[in-house]
Amino acid sequence: MTLSRLFGILSAIVAALFCASLLIGPAGFGIGDSISALIRGDGEAVTLVMREIRLPRALLAVMVGVSLGLSGAALQGFLRNPLAEPGLIGVTSSAALGAVIALQTGFAASFALALPISALIGALVSVLLLLLLAGPRGGSLTLILAGIAISALAGAFLSLVLNLSPNPFAVSEIVFWMLGSLSDRSFDHVMIALPVMMLGWTLLASLGRGLDALTLGQDAAASMGIHLGRLRLRMVVGVAASVGAATAVAGAIGFVGLVVPHILRRYVGARPGALLPASALGGAAMVLAADIAVRLILPDRDLKLGVLMAIIGAPLFLHLIYKTRRQMT
Amino acid sequence: MTALTVTDLTVLRGECPVVDQVSLSLQAGEITGLIGPNGAGKTTLLRAILGLQPHSGTSSLASLPARQRARTAAWMPQTREIAWPVAVETLVMLGRVPHLAGGAKPSAEDRAATARALADMALNGFETRAATDLSGGEQARVLIARVLAQETPIILADEPIAGLDPAFQIATMQIFRRLADQGKTILAALHDLGLAARHCTRLLLLDKGRLVADGPPRDVLTPENLHRVFGIAAHVMETEHGLIFQPLEITR
Repeated sequence: MTLSRLFGILSAIVAALFCASLLIGPAGFGIGDSISALIRGDGEAVTLVMREIRLPRALLAVMVGVSLGLSGAALQGFLRNPLAEPGLIGVTSSAALGAVIALQTGFAASFALALPISALIGALVSVLLLLLLAGPRGGSLTLILAGIAISALAGAFLSLVLNLSPNPFAVSEIVFWMLGSLSDRSFDHVMIALPVMMLGWTLLASLGRGLDALTLGQDAAASMGIHLGRLRLRMVVGVAASVGAATAVAGAIGFVGLVVPHILRRYVGARPGALLPASALGGAAMVLAADIAVRLILPDRDLKLGVLMAIIGAPLFLHLIYKTRRQMT
Repeated sequence: MTALTVTDLTVLRGECPVVDQVSLSLQAGEITGLIGPNGAGKTTLLRAILGLQPHSGTSSLASLPARQRARTAAWMPQTREIAWPVAVETLVMLGRVPHLAGGAKPSAEDRAATARALADMALNGFETRAATDLSGGEQARVLIARVLAQETPIILADEPIAGLDPAFQIATMQIFRRLADQGKTILAALHDLGLAARHCTRLLLLDKGRLVADGPPRDVLTPENLHRVFGIAAHVMETEHGLIFQPLEITR
């Protein structure tokens, strides 16, 4: 399959799922009504639902999916390891810690965007710490070790916050937020996440050639004029901005960044550079599909997106491992 | 014409010099073999010449901006790494990375260089196969082809022929010969002193980080040097096929 054909198919899937996401929901409007309400703005209640609830939700699903897919592909390419995922460098858990502290202290209730802003601050602190710990040279081992240490630290503080929680309601609020969801989000969330994510996407999209060269190892890539230190800096800041913003608006959503590049790798001839745009589209499709699924499977119970993703993602991943194992023997 | 000049190059590991005050200059058209026992500092010297290793002293390559250096010298590391199952042709095309403008697609010239490199290493018919599925020797040929595709005036290679069958060892040295005849400069770390004696125009002998001999193979592979540096005795004979070198026994 040629690359342009692959991108065409993935784009069509994303477009179809985006429309489906707009049209599916508990309010149960007709398709014609929904579309005309969205575009023309007639019919007050329908317009309100379409424009203020479903459109931001569908947009956020695309944005979060692109961020996670792109970050996963970039990290796997940089570390030359198909098991890398965005959570590895500690940004996800640090953003979650920021959000959880905001929930615990009541800062989250002080204004509408206090929660995502706190999460972004958490992500920023973790990146600064990561770059400080990992040192100036472009190595990957120190990066992984520093990421694991930061993840563990953020996890410990998360547990501490839960431990010291004043009442069970606060605990359940925190736990439910951490499960990850896109319900009840507004355009404010889109507007706060989008600029940060776009910064991240721009940085990650520029990595293609460097990641391709890294296929031959760090030394060969450096000899071909790739500045490894700068490549790593762009990768870390790019992943932190996109995943930090995604976690800030949607909570922790796993497996997208791990599974999507893994599925799509064979269709791009395993080239890490080409895998970046493919995984961005694939991530958007996967999050859109999962967000539609949580509305269809248990419409009354508020099934969390992150939970569903893990339930689908883990067996999918096991299947991939099984197939890889068969290829190797 | 001088292609590469290195002056007082020193690399320290802690207090201990791994490469100690090495000065040399390479002319265009030379195939130079870098020889020495394990741990003599061959890899470190090559990496420092390229500027991939922190060092003191100067190297005319290391002082170039990264992109210009990549168009001047190609480097083949000793570790043969192929991280992803990419097609052989794609992998060899990576040698063109230093020549591509930002975001540009490979030009006809890039494709031609890739095709020449594939043909040189007898890889026709392998183009679409996943590089990771090939045997170790075939992978080595693919990686040499990547270096050739870079089409640089200087080639630095660390053990380029280790693990190849005899025919491809000779073929690779002959390709280096042809490139040198076109005016390129080749510097390769070699362990096979027989091949080094026969195919190199010049040998650099490295011992404990110091350059202890530099000259044509017959002047470097003397009994004293072989005993002092490698601890071996060898049969060295000038024949109609060139210099023949056969290690015989350990002398210490």
